[in-house]
Amino acid sequence: MLRGRGVRPGPARLRFGGERHRGRGGAGGTVPSVAREGGVEVLAKKNPGKIEQLSLMGDAAPPVPPTASRRRPRREGRKTPATGKSGLQLPVMGPVELSGGKPPVSPSDLPVSPPGPPASPPVPQPEAEPRTAATGAARVGRRADGPRRATAEAMAARQREISVAEFFTKNRHLLGFDNPAKALLTTVKEAVDNALDACEEAGILPDIEVAIVQVNGDDRYRVAVRDNGPGIVKAQIPKIFGKLLYGSKFHSFRQARGQQGIGISAAGMYGQLTTGRPMTIISRTGKGKPAFRVTLRIDTQKNQPETLSDDPIEWEFDHGTQVEIELAAVYRRGTRSVEEYLQQVAIANPHARIVYHPPVGQGEAVVYERVTEELPPEPKEMKPHPYGVELGMLLKMLLSTKSRTVRAALVQDFSRVSPRVAEEICALAGIRPDARANRLAPEEVEALHKAMQQVKLLAPPTACVVPIGEELLRRGLESRFRGEFFTSATRPPAVYRGNPFVVEVGLAYGGDIPADEPCEVMRFANRVPLQYQKGACAITEAVIDVAWRNYGLQQPRGSLPIAPMVLAVHVASVWVPFTSESKEAIAHYPEILRELKLALQECGRRVSLFLSARRRAIDAGKKRAYIQKYIPHISGALRDILGYGEAKERETIECLEYVLERSRLEGLKAVEDAIASTETDGGGAAGEEASDA
Amino acid sequence: MPDPAMLRAIRKTAQEVHERILARRKPSLRFPLRSLQNVRYRPSVGFFELLGKTKERTLTVGTVKTFAQTLRMMALSKNLVETDDIATKREAYYVSKNWGEARFDEQPESDQVMEDIEALFRVNREQIGFIPEEKGGEVAGRLTVLDKDRDSGKTLRIDCTRFGSGAYSIPISVEDLGFQTDAQFILAIETAGMFQRLVKHNYWKKANCILVSMGGVPTRACRRFIRRLSDEKKIPVYVFVDCDPYGIANIYRTLKVGSGNAAHVNEFFCVPKATFLGITPQDILDYKLPTHPLKDVDLKRAADAVKNDPFIQHHQAWQDAFSLLVKMGVRAEQQALAKHGLNYVIEEYLPRKLAHPERFLP
Repeated sequence: MLRGRGVRPGPARLRFGGERHRGRGGAGGTVPSVAREGGVEVLAKKNPGKIEQLSLMGDAAPPVPPTASRRRPRREGRKTPATGKSGLQLPVMGPVELSGGKPPVSPSDLPVSPPGPPASPPVPQPEAEPRTAATGAARVGRRADGPRRATAEAMAARQREISVAEFFTKNRHLLGFDNPAKALLTTVKEAVDNALDACEEAGILPDIEVAIVQVNGDDRYRVAVRDNGPGIVKAQIPKIFGKLLYGSKFHSFRQARGQQGIGISAAGMYGQLTTGRPMTIISRTGKGKPAFRVTLRIDTQKNQPETLSDDPIEWEFDHGTQVEIELAAVYRRGTRSVEEYLQQVAIANPHARIVYHPPVGQGEAVVYERVTEELPPEPKEMKPHPYGVELGMLLKMLLSTKSRTVRAALVQDFSRVSPRVAEEICALAGIRPDARANRLAPEEVEALHKAMQQVKLLAPPTACVVPIGEELLRRGLESRFRGEFFTSATRPPAVYRGNPFVVEVGLAYGGDIPADEPCEVMRFANRVPLQYQKGACAITEAVIDVAWRNYGLQQPRGSLPIAPMVLAVHVASVWVPFTSESKEAIAHYPEILRELKLALQECGRRVSLFLSARRRAIDAGKKRAYIQKYIPHISGALRDILGYGEAKERETIECLEYVLERSRLEGLKAVEDAIASTETDGGGAAGEEASDA
Repeated sequence: MPDPAMLRAIRKTAQEVHERILARRKPSLRFPLRSLQNVRYRPSVGFFELLGKTKERTLTVGTVKTFAQTLRMMALSKNLVETDDIATKREAYYVSKNWGEARFDEQPESDQVMEDIEALFRVNREQIGFIPEEKGGEVAGRLTVLDKDRDSGKTLRIDCTRFGSGAYSIPISVEDLGFQTDAQFILAIETAGMFQRLVKHNYWKKANCILVSMGGVPTRACRRFIRRLSDEKKIPVYVFVDCDPYGIANIYRTLKVGSGNAAHVNEFFCVPKATFLGITPQDILDYKLPTHPLKDVDLKRAADAVKNDPFIQHHQAWQDAFSLLVKMGVRAEQQALAKHGLNYVIEEYLPRKLAHPERFLP
């Protein structure tokens, strides 16, 4: 568990925007309507206290996965075994565009929801769901050669596009809403990420306030996040918060916090699903302008926002945005808690000031002050590097390129491709350089793609990646942990598969950090803390791989070192590779692992110097005490021989002690100098041991 | 009688140390290194001379204790000189029990410090008030020693022929003794047994010599006695010891050129003109003496002597003698001559050897 050093803030400045947030009433307490389309119904239950779920009815449709905490009783008789044929549907998604142009999921990869017996039991309600005739027939198993249940045409009639929003409801785990505790964390994360991004884009030092209150008993909370950013224009508010996959970060080849734009609207939708309550957004773009409070919900079928109200209000802040979402959640403390998350956010964003108000009874309010008044430099956007582009992406780029010829497209749209290199690529692929770029056949594009991987190219430019920086990382750790020794190392930019990346490590040692537990490892990707799947992450693997014993630390085989140590490891990249779509663990590319280990080893060397210096200091203290025992004898013997008086003897003793202390300090300084000289060496050189006195 | 020069020297050294302390600089004392690694041997000079290496005691973990002890012992020494008193090495060790943390745990530590002070001032320990414990050696034969009576101041004439089967014990301080003799040579003998036999049979009468029993490695007093006697009366010194590396490299060598340990005072406490009568390795062969095999410790001593002892290194004859001994792999005692008859040594061996003193090993 992190031992943070937060400061108690004053009373909360953030006020929840809703009039009341308990029970019904106020804006946004209406029941979503039932819509019917193409034989499929969308049903929502009006019951504010309980977890709700949308259910898609009809046995042709994939069933809704049960929620984590409760299972509804199965309806009698629905014992139809899952068959491979009827009811199997591949959800069809519209063109999903994610930042970087690399769809994490191509259509063939989508998880297929098994049909199974429609396990969605209806809630016993007055409004009975109509059943199709097919359902009734499905109650009885049928023989293989009996009459079919449905014809292809009938099935076709039922097939339709599933909207992104619907997809989301079935696959919340992809976006971080698997369970109620995680859902709370994800909601906070999305809102905070947005706040930081907005402030940075506008060039404002972020001041972020997060408050969570409990609503109506155990499992429902209202999350509010306020920032002092540039605010959002009223007309854009519904689109940004009420529409999935809307954002400005797609297609940008530069380091960015979230690698997809789903974020906050998904959180809003989750809240809506689980509590029926809409989102509330307050925003103001400047001093002379009015502040608006907007409540909205998402129409999940159409992936459209539905504004329920938007009124101008009095707001005490000159500019900024406040988002409030009410959702079913579980509040955790300790590891993987909101508290810990925000603490890590503060470390990764030393220019931000973060205030956190936990729910009543869950601890004190905390302030994480900024440790620098400077905003980090903006990462520059770069063009993709040929090594890092996938075939599908290349296809898309060529289709939409502004250049006429293939050669021009290669030169203009990619980095590190000169006209000569472009010709080389074309030659290798067997394509004429002046062929029309957007008229290439698929095989030709494939050949081009292959050629691009083979041609020798310079490494991509690295201005698109901006690390936190050694000093700020260290200062961040210093202000959060009461340690004895702090150090940090930022590696020079490196490349994996055409993508530039930078690895940084910050290390805190000793002091109040507990010594008999495995060291704590904080993981960051593009300044966003990673909380889950620690075991699967490349960062963890790298830490375990380093031989910490060489630096004087205890380390059981194959695990983390046991030491009073905290590590903050940051991987910044245009495209951070994750092991899965949930984006919680970094993938184990050898180039990344190598850089991680080098940075960790650099910090390890410094810790080892510190430890040996400390040992020497202790030894020096012991030596001094030993020598001191004989000082009275020296002065006494001299007095016997020379015959001087007591005053002189005292003076003699004093001089001897002075000489002793001075030589001890000289010894210590020599050691400190040795450590300092290795640090300015820029790493890599082992420190020379200062000779003993 | 208190020695003012000595007192001045002690005070001066202490003053230097004290001034450094008051100037807030690290005080230290430097002593000459007393070991075989720090001596040289020149036949023209005849004894081990001290070279330049020193050891330092100062305010470090390794040396501060002995630094304090040295100063304490210097203070004791000053008292002894001032009050014209003496303290044996053992007594000095017990006095140190007053020094709290700085006391000596074992006698050898105390001895070391004392010798370091000797070396520092380049004096013999008697001059700083300390006297040794060891017996000084015994003398019988054609010699009259002239000593002074403590109370009356009158001269005492001690006739070494008149001790019967006993002998005259060499005192601790031999500086003021006088000698009267007409002996032809001095025979320095290792073992008390051999000395006894020669005395009993009045060999000194037969050979007209002075017999000195060294009793192992000769003490400084013994060496000084022999040196003064032989220098003053101009009579040669022949050494008769067991044939083993210890007898040669420790007993004979120390008598002849001094030791590493006493390098600071060797000049007066050795007999460069002494020569080696026997038992030589060649004698073992010539006289077919019963032998014992050389033990590991013997072999080690032999190798060490050949390699590190400047005296042995200088004389090829000794190098050859050692290699012969090591090759034979045996050692023989002087009393082994008894095989050929108890008095073989008196009747045959010694006379034969003494017929050709020029053949003795250097």
